[in-house]
Amino acid sequence: MAANLFADIPDKVRLKTPLDLPRPLSEPELVEELSRAAQQNKPSSFLGGGSCNHFIPSAVNHVIGRSEFYTAYTPYQPEASQGTLEAIYEYQSLIGELTGMAVVNASMYDGATALAEAAFMACRITGRKEIVVSQAVNPNYRAVLKTYCTAADLALKEIPFDPKTGLTPNSELITPNSSCYIIQQPNFFGNIEEVNGLADKVHAQGALFIASVDPISLGLLKPPGEYGADIVVGEGQSLGLPRSFGGPALGLFAAKKEFLRQLPGRIVGQTSDLDGKRGFVLTMSTREQHIRRERATSNICSNEALCALAATVYLSLMGKAGLRKVAELCLQKSNYLKKKLGNKVLWPNTPSFKEFAVKTNGSFGLDLSTHYSDPACRQAGLKNSELICVTELTKRNELDELVAEVLAA
Amino acid sequence: MVSLPEFDVPVEKLEELIPPDLLRKELSLPERTELDVIRHFTRLSQKNFSVDTHFYPLGSCTMKYNPKVNEDIARLPGFAGAHPLQAAAQSQGILELLYNFEKYMCAIFGFDAFTLQPAAGAHGELTALMMMKAYHRDMGQAARVKVVIPDSSHGTNPASVAMVGFTPVVIKSNGRGNINVDELKKAVGEDTAGLMLTNPNTLGLFDEHILEVAEIVHKSGGLLYYDGANANANLGICRPADLGFDVAHFNLHKTFSTPHGGGGPGSGPVGVNKKLEPFLPIPRVVKENSHYALRVTHYDKSIGRVHSFHGNIGVIIKAYAYILSLGAEGLKKVSEKAVENANYMMNKLKEHYYLPYDRQCQHEFVISAKWQKEKYGIKALDIAKRLIDYGFHPPTIYFPLIVEESLMIEPTESESQETLDAFCEAMIKIAKECETDPELVKSAPHDTPVRRLDETKAAREPVLSWKTGG
Repeated sequence: MAANLFADIPDKVRLKTPLDLPRPLSEPELVEELSRAAQQNKPSSFLGGGSCNHFIPSAVNHVIGRSEFYTAYTPYQPEASQGTLEAIYEYQSLIGELTGMAVVNASMYDGATALAEAAFMACRITGRKEIVVSQAVNPNYRAVLKTYCTAADLALKEIPFDPKTGLTPNSELITPNSSCYIIQQPNFFGNIEEVNGLADKVHAQGALFIASVDPISLGLLKPPGEYGADIVVGEGQSLGLPRSFGGPALGLFAAKKEFLRQLPGRIVGQTSDLDGKRGFVLTMSTREQHIRRERATSNICSNEALCALAATVYLSLMGKAGLRKVAELCLQKSNYLKKKLGNKVLWPNTPSFKEFAVKTNGSFGLDLSTHYSDPACRQAGLKNSELICVTELTKRNELDELVAEVLAA
Repeated sequence: MVSLPEFDVPVEKLEELIPPDLLRKELSLPERTELDVIRHFTRLSQKNFSVDTHFYPLGSCTMKYNPKVNEDIARLPGFAGAHPLQAAAQSQGILELLYNFEKYMCAIFGFDAFTLQPAAGAHGELTALMMMKAYHRDMGQAARVKVVIPDSSHGTNPASVAMVGFTPVVIKSNGRGNINVDELKKAVGEDTAGLMLTNPNTLGLFDEHILEVAEIVHKSGGLLYYDGANANANLGICRPADLGFDVAHFNLHKTFSTPHGGGGPGSGPVGVNKKLEPFLPIPRVVKENSHYALRVTHYDKSIGRVHSFHGNIGVIIKAYAYILSLGAEGLKKVSEKAVENANYMMNKLKEHYYLPYDRQCQHEFVISAKWQKEKYGIKALDIAKRLIDYGFHPPTIYFPLIVEESLMIEPTESESQETLDAFCEAMIKIAKECETDPELVKSAPHDTPVRRLDETKAAREPVLSWKTGG
């Protein structure tokens, strides 16, 4: 039987020997083997840089652990997928509220690819081929942006950060050739950028203003919709997802209403059924690859739906007071540490949220020299500096111990 | 609200830490109890069809069973809690796993190296096309900008091609569902960057002329790209690299049993031969004197990064566990069973539904509601909706685009004979209902949380959030 099934495959390329793989493991052997591998990983508690140790309420994992959610496919058949569809609609609503933006898609892969897609979208909208980005945007995000731009023949201009403040200076680099201007808030160094009035300067050149945000910070910080951002992206891992060595993550993507038809990715809309009953469908599909093919706004198909569900449950459980408290715990604890570290802090007078740069080589946090290796950055003090991340889970005694170690080092 | 720790540090005034004009004034999030939240989402989950509750023969999506132990393993604290930027010395377990996973993928598909960064199939396509573009540039052949794609391809293929500034050239399939070799010969030339091919293709058919196709493309100076969406058909039977493919992406959320999550997270590793290896994304996982590391230097030709960190590691861990559970013999049996199941169903259904390509299929097959449409005005969509009443998730419909009123059925290896029979019986019953009670089929589904939804209204008057809707 089996031999006949593959008669169309030319004999000379049929495998004659078994695949070179280890012998199969039984379930208990598998668990033992992989538990051993799992135990050989020990994260440092002060690492951030786009992946942070935030609290995940048990209820989040119980919901995303329901196999009616996690073993379903993309909701192409709405009558058989109302659960997933309604959850995405709620996700769009919550992220819209958090960012202050009118339209939100069903998710992108991660913060970096969301940023690259936002830049592509700005080029489509403006018909321009140049992207301007602050160097205080996550270096890995800029690296991904560079990969995407190189492939698509788009020009990328980087604005150096101000070595005195760790902030992005007002820039002359935005010109009538620029499609967009990209900043991160709080920036990669954890510093809070002076974003008020920026949108007007960007818009005056006919460019779009793109902000990459930390959703936890939006419990306290002004939403980008209020300071004039046209497209908002970000990493949603902090909303109920484990770090998991960097993925699965959650690419947040939101925009002004006028750009709805240029959005990449899936969008869920509310409608009614034959009886007039409220229901949900995937909508605005004429933007997408399965309909529009090479003229689609993006090639994205599978996104991070289950991660978006986790974020939806997380925000529903936290509510307004909970999210504010998480944000304030991060802020207060981080600033407590910053104060204690005194002159070891690289930019002590710049307001920061949950991360900040410390002059040390003690491998306590993230070594900034590996991400900022060019001479100008080294001069700015990044050669011997580390990025320290403090969240609501960091305890005071850990902070005090770190102070003692940094001051002793 | 969830209970959170109290402040254990002195609390400063907010305005002293954040400039007042950068503070948020309002935040309108729902305030509900944990029970309210749990009950709401539990009820939502019950409105879904899923692999764990229903047979889900969605063609090209490989909705196989997702083993539970793999879910538990991915959530082990040592994996779930690992930070992507922690030192290599603190990440030996996970790096070893990634290193081995690449090695196993090379063994299964015949390639020389892999990148695990792409987070989904389409992301893998994009990554591969970026490498193809970099390769041609490096060879001084920047004028190679055209990518040949058969008309049966996934929509992601031309969309990915466009994203890297290439131009898709679509060629027709022949009467047996293969690439039309004469058309291919005419389409390729000095401007050809490559050919993207799904094999078995989206008709579920293995291209009988694959070796000739590979030769034509390579002779023209183009690269051969394998869309691995249908790799579940040929594990342990043949390997794309041996067929002549230079580069390929694979969908771990299809072939390697990781759950689809209602639309992700997936994972789309890309395999390459020696020609393209220098262009792989960085960092790469390397082994030096039994120590594993992530290396970024010494890869001058690399296209760079394509992910914030290293890819969807949580998904890769599940796929790794799947490979370790099955081994070589188990993987081969997967494909044999998947193909056997598809042929079994195709033969049972072809008397009742038009079968446009009547030849042995691989892991999936495409039938058409052409007869039902001509005689009773019943479309593939109606049949799909009626299947929901019978407790089955519908097959993929209206794809591939080259078959009218198409229904693309992929049973996978996971399903029992009883389930396959029950599905076929429902399909045959529906074919009878088309004759006896066409309205019943046209008005389906009848027993779902909602009936057919007004998609035109959804697109014309978009209600995309609570702010605009209710």
